[in-house]
Amino acid sequence: MLKPTVFDQITDKAPGYYVVVGLLAVAIAIGLVSAYTMETSGHHITGMSNRIVWGMPHVFAVFLIVAASGALNAASISSVFGRTFYKPLARISGVTSIALLIGGLSVLVLDLGRPDRLIVAMTTYNFKSIFAWNIFLYTGFMVIVVVYLWMMMERRMARFTKAAGMTAFLWRLALTTGTGSIFGFLVARQAYDAAIMAPLFIAMSLSLGMAVFTLVLFSIFWWSGKPIGSTISQRLGRLLGILIAAVLYFVIAQHLTNLYATEHHGIERFILIDGGVYTHLFWWGQILIGSLIPMYLLFKMAKCPCMVMGAAGLVIVGGFAQIYVIIIGGQAYPLLMFPGMEVTSSFFDGGIAAYAPSLPEVLLGLGGGAIALLGIALAVKTLPVLPHSLANADIDPDYTPPPEPEPEPEKEEAAGEDDEAPEAAASS
Amino acid sequence: MSKCAKHCPEIAPNDAQNAIDPGRRRLLAGAGALTTLMLAPGVSLMMSGAVEARPAGVAASAKIRWGILIDVSKCPDGCDLCVTACKDENGWQETGRAETNVQWIRKVTLKDKNTGAIKTLPFMCQHCAEPPCVDVCPTGASFKRADGIVLVDKHTCIGCRYCMMACPYAARSFVHEQVTNQKPHAPRGKGTVESCTMCVHRVDKGQIPACVEACTKAGNRTMIFGDLNDPNSEIAKAAGQHLTTRIRADLGLDPGILYSGL
Repeated sequence: MLKPTVFDQITDKAPGYYVVVGLLAVAIAIGLVSAYTMETSGHHITGMSNRIVWGMPHVFAVFLIVAASGALNAASISSVFGRTFYKPLARISGVTSIALLIGGLSVLVLDLGRPDRLIVAMTTYNFKSIFAWNIFLYTGFMVIVVVYLWMMMERRMARFTKAAGMTAFLWRLALTTGTGSIFGFLVARQAYDAAIMAPLFIAMSLSLGMAVFTLVLFSIFWWSGKPIGSTISQRLGRLLGILIAAVLYFVIAQHLTNLYATEHHGIERFILIDGGVYTHLFWWGQILIGSLIPMYLLFKMAKCPCMVMGAAGLVIVGGFAQIYVIIIGGQAYPLLMFPGMEVTSSFFDGGIAAYAPSLPEVLLGLGGGAIALLGIALAVKTLPVLPHSLANADIDPDYTPPPEPEPEPEKEEAAGEDDEAPEAAASS
Repeated sequence: MSKCAKHCPEIAPNDAQNAIDPGRRRLLAGAGALTTLMLAPGVSLMMSGAVEARPAGVAASAKIRWGILIDVSKCPDGCDLCVTACKDENGWQETGRAETNVQWIRKVTLKDKNTGAIKTLPFMCQHCAEPPCVDVCPTGASFKRADGIVLVDKHTCIGCRYCMMACPYAARSFVHEQVTNQKPHAPRGKGTVESCTMCVHRVDKGQIPACVEACTKAGNRTMIFGDLNDPNSEIAKAAGQHLTTRIRADLGLDPGILYSGL
């Protein structure tokens, strides 16, 4: 029988906490200065143009927003699917989710041509626009997760936790459906205009969010010297591996469907074969570094938290590559206005659009990431959201302590058993 | 006989009264010629379909569907009078940075991949009846007037560029830098999106768009502006004589810009 989970804040054992907070604050300040420069000078100082209208800020924003939804995985599995193993992770899961969403939305808003008109966006709606729906989906998600956290952390409200968790779970599905549909509803562009964008984005949110959450969780535990065992590493690692496979499934389905239709052969050739940087990012970034290598690490070596952290890092790199290919690559491929014709104009019609990320864009995006990390850092310092321990004995109801070493005379036999033990554990 | 003439015998038609002496005829002819000269800018109006001014305070009418018919066969290679006229009229200009230049109208060159045939044509916002830019705009800044002209409300555009992602024609431009040489009738602003307004300020005054006027004045007569809903308009008659093409007709957006000879 497990003892009830004890939650606490990050302890003073975390070295250089205020240095880290300070560095994040500097990164945020740099991001804000970049946004200010972009607004005052105009977007011509960025790599974006009238052909590539969404650039690096959108890659960062979409990554953070999609990951925000997926960071709630642990809480959802605990509250909605009743898996008590994940209950100790639910609070930090909710905190990470909100922080990522705030970071992503900050980037999105600060990249607007007129960020000063945010009040217009919040008060004037065109309800036929999926963007307008998303404003409600994002703000609503934040409110729901805050309430959900309250239910989890306030003993008197604990009975509402399941209802709040279910609401948050359904809402996050709607949120990622909405985010995917931003692209799925674009009938004009060859790379988008597909219903599969919605489930693809849901799968991406599960995988990327899980990767960010795992990396954040393990990093905090490692940083603050809290105990963490192989069981949690193995469970989260294997789950992440399965979620990567789910994303791969949708990616394969997306491209196979396109490859079947002749009208999409152009865009498929561009992404898969001769799209230059986009092709490299797809195969090396998304597929190899972001999917196959982490899957190998997670299914073979998940008992080691370091391996899981490494794999999660690779998934994040692959996720950025994937979103870059979707957003930038999708725009770089020319609009099909005159099928069968070679098109040229002063507006670069008919050609592959050039794009090189600029420093202000990247710094703004990194600033958004820093906002998310600062939010997490402040929360773990001030709120009891971290489980006291993730050692095997504290979280695994089936945990049995390792047998005491046998006496000296049986040294050779004991050594033989030790060699077999890891294989037995892995196969179980 | 008019109703007035019926009740007023003193001004009833009378052969003697109606007879015009030669001197008076010459005077009237001279006055007519002078009037025609004075109305020279508007002469193309008659050539390109009659346009009535919209009185101030009266909403645009859904009975009208403004459109432009472009006869590609008459569009000379190398001619960009329509582009220049649009720049002059609406105050947009090149910035020296090609990728971020604002372009409300551009000349597009098409080359048939199979036959090698080459043709150029003017290309701008297609003023769709079902505009995707209007559908996706979160604030409703992109809107379509009742008479079919698609515009951007410069006060509520937040510069998200989703309309640019959604437009199948790459017809919209984001203003990437500070604007100068603004015209009172065509307000512009850094950080917002803009596109061809079909010279709505002129159309509301009973004039035709600047591009059409320039094209007609030069004698090319590539473009005809008018009310597509009026079967007696020149544009409706011309469109009825030939098969016309709507770009990306497969999307079902029903553009107000029609092309013939494509």
